[in-house]
Amino acid sequence: MENENVKKIMHVLRHAPHGTIYTYEGLEMILIMAAYEQDLSVVFIGDGVYALKKGQDTSAIGVKGFSRTFMALDGYDVEKLYVDQISLEERGLSEDDLIVAVEVMNSEKIGRLMKEQDVIIHH
Amino acid sequence: MLHTINKSPFETLTMETCFRFLQPGDPVLFIEDGVYAVQAANRFSPMIESLQKNNPVFALQPDLIARGITAVAEGVDAIDYDGFVGLVEEHQVNNWF
Amino acid sequence: MNIGILLKEGPYNHQASDTAFKFAEAAIKRGHRVDAVFLYNDGVTNVTKLMDPPQDDRNIAARWSELSQKHGVEILACIAASKRRGISDDVLVEGSAITGLGTLTDIAIRNDRLVTFGD
Repeated sequence: MENENVKKIMHVLRHAPHGTIYTYEGLEMILIMAAYEQDLSVVFIGDGVYALKKGQDTSAIGVKGFSRTFMALDGYDVEKLYVDQISLEERGLSEDDLIVAVEVMNSEKIGRLMKEQDVIIHH
Repeated sequence: MLHTINKSPFETLTMETCFRFLQPGDPVLFIEDGVYAVQAANRFSPMIESLQKNNPVFALQPDLIARGITAVAEGVDAIDYDGFVGLVEEHQVNNWF
Repeated sequence: MNIGILLKEGPYNHQASDTAFKFAEAAIKRGHRVDAVFLYNDGVTNVTKLMDPPQDDRNIAARWSELSQKHGVEILACIAASKRRGISDDVLVEGSAITGLGTLTDIAIRNDRLVTFGD
């Protein structure tokens, strides 16, 4: 039975990972919210899909890398990771290029999920 | 679900990205630099026109006035902050940047 | 209706703070309760009392402070984001406070809407 006290909260990551702090601080927010046992989902749209790209190494640009933190989400029971199919394809990427297992979805399906949410936060 | 867009479509893909996820009936509200999208007879006018087949379209009047936009695409409803709150009363929100 | 606001950009650089303020005012005027404005990312710099804009411009920190005192709106800056940006209790305007992301989660859970302003 669906618990009425549990809110559906969706985080939408739309920025590439290192040019701005939005993705990193977005991830910090997701990790804290994960402790509150809400119905969390994380969606990667547009340049947000670059956050999941394998093989990132930030050591030479002097900023903290965090792509591996996405691998820890599962341990926080954040299991609903969705990637927008068009965003992935138009960047010449496929699921094999991503650091974690995700569900690749078309925009229509993500749009329907969005409509079910109580809260949506874009990062 | 109310979608707000605050970017000029001439500068970023925010508007076009948002449109891919819209569900029929979802209202779209242009705010801040987003209002440049609904200036009449610009490159995006056909897109705004076809959007209105399934989605009501609004623009924040104070942002239009601030930017000197007087000719607004047909069918677009100009509302003030009070109207913005009114839309939020009726819908959950999805704020696109 | 109970409304929470999430503000993700600093003052002046983006219109986000101004739109958030106008929205909060309008919501209160329509009889809603604006529970809190949670400041995240560069948004935390909205509440430093060190801000000193020219006389003929709005003082954004003072404006949030006034909203808080007049209408009981909590103005809350995220602690992790604040620490990164040199925002501490010493520089906060009256009516604002520093708190954790858990508080934002509570705000998201207890309100009917969470409206985000950013860039």
